[in-house]
Amino acid sequence: MDQFFRALILSAGYNTALVCIGATILGASAAAIGTFVLLRKRSLVSDAISHSTLPGLAIAFMIQAVVTGDGRFMPVLLIGATLSAVVGLFAVQWITSRTRLHEDAAIGSVLSVFFGLGIVLLTVIQTMNTGKQAGIASYLLGSTAGMLMSEVQTIAVASLIVGVLIFFYRRQFTIVCFDPDYASVSGYDVQRIDLIMMALLLAITVIGLKVAGLILIVALTIIPPVTARLWTDRSAIMVYISALFGGLSAYIGAAISSVDYGLPTGAVIVLVAFSLFILSLLFSPNRGVFAVALRRRRSIAELRALSAAAAAKANAGKAVESGSSYEDRASVNHGTATRQAAEAAS
Amino acid sequence: MNQFVQLELVPLLVGVLASIACALLGNYLVLRRQSMIGDAVSHVALPGIVVAFILTKSMSTLPMFLGATVAALITVALIEFIKRIGRVESGAAIGVVFTAMFALGVLILERSDTSSVHLDVEHALYGNLESIVWFAASGWQSLIDPAALSQIPMQLPRIAIVVLVILAFILMAWKELAIGTFDPEFAVSVGARPKMTNALLVTLVAVAAVTSFDAVGSIIVIAMFICPPATARLMTNNLRRQFGWSVFFATASAVIGFFLAGHSAQIFRTPSSVSAAGMIATVSGAFLALATVAGPRKEGTRSAWFS
Repeated sequence: MDQFFRALILSAGYNTALVCIGATILGASAAAIGTFVLLRKRSLVSDAISHSTLPGLAIAFMIQAVVTGDGRFMPVLLIGATLSAVVGLFAVQWITSRTRLHEDAAIGSVLSVFFGLGIVLLTVIQTMNTGKQAGIASYLLGSTAGMLMSEVQTIAVASLIVGVLIFFYRRQFTIVCFDPDYASVSGYDVQRIDLIMMALLLAITVIGLKVAGLILIVALTIIPPVTARLWTDRSAIMVYISALFGGLSAYIGAAISSVDYGLPTGAVIVLVAFSLFILSLLFSPNRGVFAVALRRRRSIAELRALSAAAAAKANAGKAVESGSSYEDRASVNHGTATRQAAEAAS
Repeated sequence: MNQFVQLELVPLLVGVLASIACALLGNYLVLRRQSMIGDAVSHVALPGIVVAFILTKSMSTLPMFLGATVAALITVALIEFIKRIGRVESGAAIGVVFTAMFALGVLILERSDTSSVHLDVEHALYGNLESIVWFAASGWQSLIDPAALSQIPMQLPRIAIVVLVILAFILMAWKELAIGTFDPEFAVSVGARPKMTNALLVTLVAVAAVTSFDAVGSIIVIAMFICPPATARLMTNNLRRQFGWSVFFATASAVIGFFLAGHSAQIFRTPSSVSAAGMIATVSGAFLALATVAGPRKEGTRSAWFS
């Protein structure tokens, strides 16, 4: 516990502090780009991207192992991961544009096939005599334990660059997300902006591999944006809330996992992010479970009051026709109340 | 040849049957645009199995099976809940739920003492098809020898039963499933009960995923839910024929993948044999790539993607 708090206030040693800061920048950038990807309704693309890094990682590892005897040098691994993720992304695009298959089938097939191929290559690596194979396993589930400081710095700087680029392109992204046709008519190059969005998503996925692992980096681009969506309806604000949640999850997660060597960083970060999501789902003022329940109760109470008033009026006099008018009033009021509730909710 | 029966026959059959089980149900998932449900369900089998192991302290099949199935059903329910309450699109809801459940599984697995048993993340991901060996077999004659048959690895009869159950479900509910897939609103109006068939379908998806997962790991499960049906979709416009094609592609992927993996030392000059599960997934992807280039019915209504 003590170690956790010290990690939290960045005084558990230089290395831990650097890991926490690096993870925070990564989490914030991943969440920011994830916001636009969510608004573009392509959240699961990151799943395809991250799984399709595995063959590239494995091939880069093998080449390095043969050439230098040690396959673990991170920049080369990341280049391999990027190349195969690009191939995976284009495979998704190729299948959806050339065939009648929908995006979900394209994403699912690409991620499973690339991952399958990656596992075939991993079993080859396992039987190679050279190359210190243990290093590659940390990319599956993410591990900040035993990371080199140069690696942490690379991750932090690269995430920061991606974050700045997202900030720079935020208006273009927003327009393309909400109305691609309007954007195209107003002179924006929609295809180019989409491509930049995907490139930044791909970049942050590859950068985050070592920290979160290739299965869970997806969560960093999906969970914080969905959480932010619960708090606001304005995209400009949503990006910042999302980045805040993403950074916070990564920061707390990295701090917790620094306490014990055996804690997988990716899993801890994802669970922190998911806890924030559950809290938001319950307590968000607009879309939260409690807020919705409260609103429903209020509109029912309002309805009851109205029909009680109508009934009292009916009892007071005008016997025959008021019976039917009571029915009408109640149903009309019911309609208004539901509409108001719907308007308030949306 | 005796060695073939002892070492390769059972894993091959398990691989083929698991592929067929997933591909049959995958047809509906692909047509309903729910492919990623298969992905989610096979990822959450891990936490289900881990929790079942911790609760019962045993590696016996029933608790594992129940744990994974319950986890899968919880996941599907959670996805629906989040979609409705948070009003997010289904892809994002799926992404939120399955990653969180998977992370929970990884964390519990790393924190609890499961090192004494054969339960680790890698095993869960890529399974170990090659280890299902029929020690009692001495040759083809063992197939009619009751003593040897009683020693056959349990994975085989288990997955065979699941395939039969799935076939029975599809044949009995063929009409309801088809209407519910292509026109859910019409299905409601004619009393085809799409909600009930959908719930049954998802339950069977979970059962198929969990049973195959035990033998072949989650990666084949995801590939087989999606690739053979997607490939079949590019071959025909007829639902019956699509099912036929999907079974064909599933079987072909499993057989070819299994032998390529087992003989990769001779074929690809790798130091030794490679992961059969991974190779089967790769071959199923090669079939899909071929169909994307040359499938007779690949066109249809395209969904433009990068604008």
